[in-house]
Amino acid sequence: MSKITRADVANLARLARIEMTEDELDHLSSELSVILDAVARVQEVAGKDVPPTSHPLPMTNVFREDENRPSLTPDEALSGAPAKEEQRFKVPKILGEE
Amino acid sequence: MIEKSATQMAAALQSGELTSVELTKAHLARIDEVDDKVKAFLHVDKEGALKQAENVDARRKAGEKLSPLAGVPLALKDVMVQKGIPTTCGSKMLEGWRPPYDSTVVARLKSAGIIILGKTNMDEFAMGSSTENSACFPTHNPWDLTRIPGGSGGGSSAALAAFEAPLAIGTDTGGSIRQPAAVTGTVGVKPTYGGVSRYGLVAFSSSLDQAGPCARNVLDAAYLHEVIGGYDPLDSTSINAPLPPLVQAAKNASVTGMKIGVIKELQGEGYQAGVLKRFNEGLEELAKLGAEIVEVSCPNFEYALAAYYLIAPSECSSNLARFDAMRYGIRTGEGSAEEVMNATRELGFGKEVKRRIILGTYALSSGYYDAYYGSAQKVRTLISRDFEQAFTKADVLVSPTAPTTAFKIGEKSNDPIAMYLNDIATIPTNLAGVCGISIPSGLAEEDGLPAGFQIMAGAMKDDLLYQVGAALEAALLSKWGAPILSGAPKLGAK
Amino acid sequence: MSLTYEKLIDKYEPVLGLEVHVELGTKSKMFCGCSTVFGAEPNTQTCPVCLGLPGALPVVNAKAIEYTIAIGLALNCSIAPFSRFARKNYFYPDMPKNFQTSQYDEPICFGGYLDVKVDTDEGVKEFRIEIERVHMEEDTGKSLHMGGATGRIHGADYSLLDYNRAGIPLVEIVTKPVAGTGKYAPEVARAYVSELRDILRSLGVSDVKMEQGSLRCDANVSLRLIGAEKLGTRSETKNVNSLRSVERAVRSEMLRHAALLEKGERVIQETRHFHEDTGDTTPGRSKEQAEDYRYFPEPDLVPVAPAKDWIEKIRATLPEKPSARRTRLQESWQVPDKEMAAMINADVLDQVEQTVNLGADPTRARSWWLGEIARIANERELPASSLPITPNDVAEVVALIGKGELTDKLARQVVEGVINGEGRPREIIEKRGIKVVSDDSALMAAIVNSIKAQPEVAEKVRGGHIPAAGALIGAVMKETKGQADAAKVRELLLKHLGQA
Ligand SMILES: [Mg+2]
Ligand SMILES: [Zn+2]
Repeated sequence: MSKITRADVANLARLARIEMTEDELDHLSSELSVILDAVARVQEVAGKDVPPTSHPLPMTNVFREDENRPSLTPDEALSGAPAKEEQRFKVPKILGEE
Repeated sequence: MIEKSATQMAAALQSGELTSVELTKAHLARIDEVDDKVKAFLHVDKEGALKQAENVDARRKAGEKLSPLAGVPLALKDVMVQKGIPTTCGSKMLEGWRPPYDSTVVARLKSAGIIILGKTNMDEFAMGSSTENSACFPTHNPWDLTRIPGGSGGGSSAALAAFEAPLAIGTDTGGSIRQPAAVTGTVGVKPTYGGVSRYGLVAFSSSLDQAGPCARNVLDAAYLHEVIGGYDPLDSTSINAPLPPLVQAAKNASVTGMKIGVIKELQGEGYQAGVLKRFNEGLEELAKLGAEIVEVSCPNFEYALAAYYLIAPSECSSNLARFDAMRYGIRTGEGSAEEVMNATRELGFGKEVKRRIILGTYALSSGYYDAYYGSAQKVRTLISRDFEQAFTKADVLVSPTAPTTAFKIGEKSNDPIAMYLNDIATIPTNLAGVCGISIPSGLAEEDGLPAGFQIMAGAMKDDLLYQVGAALEAALLSKWGAPILSGAPKLGAK
Repeated sequence: MSLTYEKLIDKYEPVLGLEVHVELGTKSKMFCGCSTVFGAEPNTQTCPVCLGLPGALPVVNAKAIEYTIAIGLALNCSIAPFSRFARKNYFYPDMPKNFQTSQYDEPICFGGYLDVKVDTDEGVKEFRIEIERVHMEEDTGKSLHMGGATGRIHGADYSLLDYNRAGIPLVEIVTKPVAGTGKYAPEVARAYVSELRDILRSLGVSDVKMEQGSLRCDANVSLRLIGAEKLGTRSETKNVNSLRSVERAVRSEMLRHAALLEKGERVIQETRHFHEDTGDTTPGRSKEQAEDYRYFPEPDLVPVAPAKDWIEKIRATLPEKPSARRTRLQESWQVPDKEMAAMINADVLDQVEQTVNLGADPTRARSWWLGEIARIANERELPASSLPITPNDVAEVVALIGKGELTDKLARQVVEGVINGEGRPREIIEKRGIKVVSDDSALMAAIVNSIKAQPEVAEKVRGGHIPAAGALIGAVMKETKGQADAAKVRELLLKHLGQA
């Protein structure tokens, strides 16, 4: 039985940038434990000798030429912005690295 | 007129018997009439549709050579971006967003002169099998308004079944075209992965997502598939090869001498008796038409659901990270950018979406990657091998599309695992990148609701879907004497 | 108690790790057709792909792959027959998709090296820097931090984002841990970045302008007790944006680590920022919990499997290595090591070479670029290469001196004029009326005047004391306002005083 604790979910929610209520954390930790139990089955057949498939088609080397294509106009680019200023996306203060 | 097939409508347009404006108006009127009950549409673009229709009529009048479906209306799943038209993916997150660009599918529809009536409802970000996860409202199954129309593309399938549109676009990540088709008595095709461009399809799970045609019959679907399919340099995973001739295959409609493989693992326990009965009748019809029915085994399919529910959430946890309140979509909360992101994602995403994001975040995190995501990818290899093996024994593989007919709205909303089981027969195709179609197999005896017959073919063998699908469809039609949808309740009669 | 640098070196061995990010000079971005030109109006070079709009998909720029392979080959790397892009997942507002398309365990190039030379107490010494990997990724947008006092991120009220830079192809070049440099660690770090820059420039894959951010260096530094096996805890100083800063940042971190260790404290593994003004580093925002980037193969892209003949074609077009070129130039110019190093340090090798190619004598070409021009560049705190004087101008000046049309002193005025933007040498000579006084009679008049003014000096010269002539020559030069050819004055003067 996979045990996903409340603290685990809280950490995952932090990584995924989703604020969660106490209720949601409780609910999800029990739900995820059940789901993980079900999906953990994949380990039964995933032997060392089986190569992983990350992509359904065996394609390689899809490139484009280094050519310019028209960009959006700045109005189009900013058309969905929740806030803008000086032709830039206006966002709340960023806590982070300089 | 609105109950005719898209091909028949196209013929009437070509002969001058009908104009696209008239046809479009008839559909808009039907939407006005029934959509308050069905709730298939999130947005109806009356003005835009009529303008497109006028344009097509004018071009036709001018003697221009138009593409076969020119002037025929279509309903577009709201996961596909269309320039200037609201695109929400059924999520609160994208409320009010109007994309500044067209998806490749939309660009091709437009250049073929197909009239886009509006955007159809769906489970939020295509996560679900019932369209109950839409942030806006659930869509109702025209066969029984208390039931689900399937999902995630329930809006598109319901629009077809309610005669609100003769054609629709869906997307299928684990069955989201085929399962809704099955439970609404319509036709839905998941093309070979890479066969239809994903450019402009809002990604749920990039390595599984595939857009495809939805219609009320196989030939209509083939025509639509030929419009939207084929190589697109804007999608790196698009196959750079011509599509096989699909319309021709649908018209050819012969199964004589073909080997049809019944997948042992996709029947029996968990499948509704009435669904299985209709499936077996379909097999009989195929045998009568001269096909050889063989049984094949795909032993790893029993792991498909588990692999899918690791791969899809993992990819979605990354794909949906861009919805962060910085550049588009809603914004809520106070304080720093990080706090605003957290608050917006809490408000903007529904329960199922959050559940999958968290599950995917877990499956990809260091220390768990190999056990979950890595193992799921290995299962993917095994499932592809099962298909390869099976295709050495049969030209196409078949199964019921969904294990049950449409269930009641609300019946499974609190049991994610029960909900996930809906896609048990459709998911293997997505994992392997091969193609599949669902066509109506009849009504289940116990509830009188439609069931689906799934045909699967190898990569880039989409023509086989149409060939076998059209043959079976014709046989069943002559058995029933009328299209299955003629047995659906007449929603318009108030 | 902190250690002096000398004491530190006796006790600890520094271990470096250098990560250099280079913006490639492709016309279009890594995954879309938007322009990469620097300095455009905000958000004019963006599209659904580089803005990360829902539904948009990336397609790899072939040129970017070619450039990356060229870089790998120039750094003696192996080119992977199969490599993949991966998503590096973390949230940051300047990154539109909230994942960076990068490479993880399958980089395009791996396992190379670069030899660099450093001037040591025992002469010029070569150090081999092992390259771990060279991989591709994409750049982020740029933020302006508004409000608050400093324009810096701390204390800002909000930020404004411009995504023109988002999606520009970046190549990341990562070294293996560099040990064995001892006290020369700062110089080796600098020499490595400098050599790398020269290679990238010679390949033509980037404009490598550190001041514009097209080449950025992160320096990892750790100390271990001499003789110890285990590496010490490292700090990572981000975005060190000039060669001089690379050297200063490494030295400053070494001293900071040593001071901590001497106090019995631990070095914290963290990101730090270098400050040009103070020359030291400060910690970045400390994260309560470690980031987990949840790398996985990018499903929207297919693997890169470069064909052998493509790789060989790229190899065949690689230019001469900067180190080989330097050896060749040094031999042909017959320059001592020190002078060669001085030219490299002042970053004027290209200029000198071009000046020589235009016909100037190597010694003269060098002395202009390392002398007057370097002096002015220094005064203005600019690299010599960015002054508005070209090898053409210098070659012309050298030629004019050779023809006797300019004296050294006059030439300096001309060069200064060119640098001040007054025009090309000929124009300046004309405008300023600069002319060498070579008219013998005019010079003789000045010579006679000088003898009249200093008769006792003239007597000494007449008496055979030749060095005394200097005072008379100086007076003539003064009278002719420097427009006379000093050698000619000397010749005439000595002849006049019967000493020729
Ligand atoms: Mg990097
Ligand atoms: Zn772009």
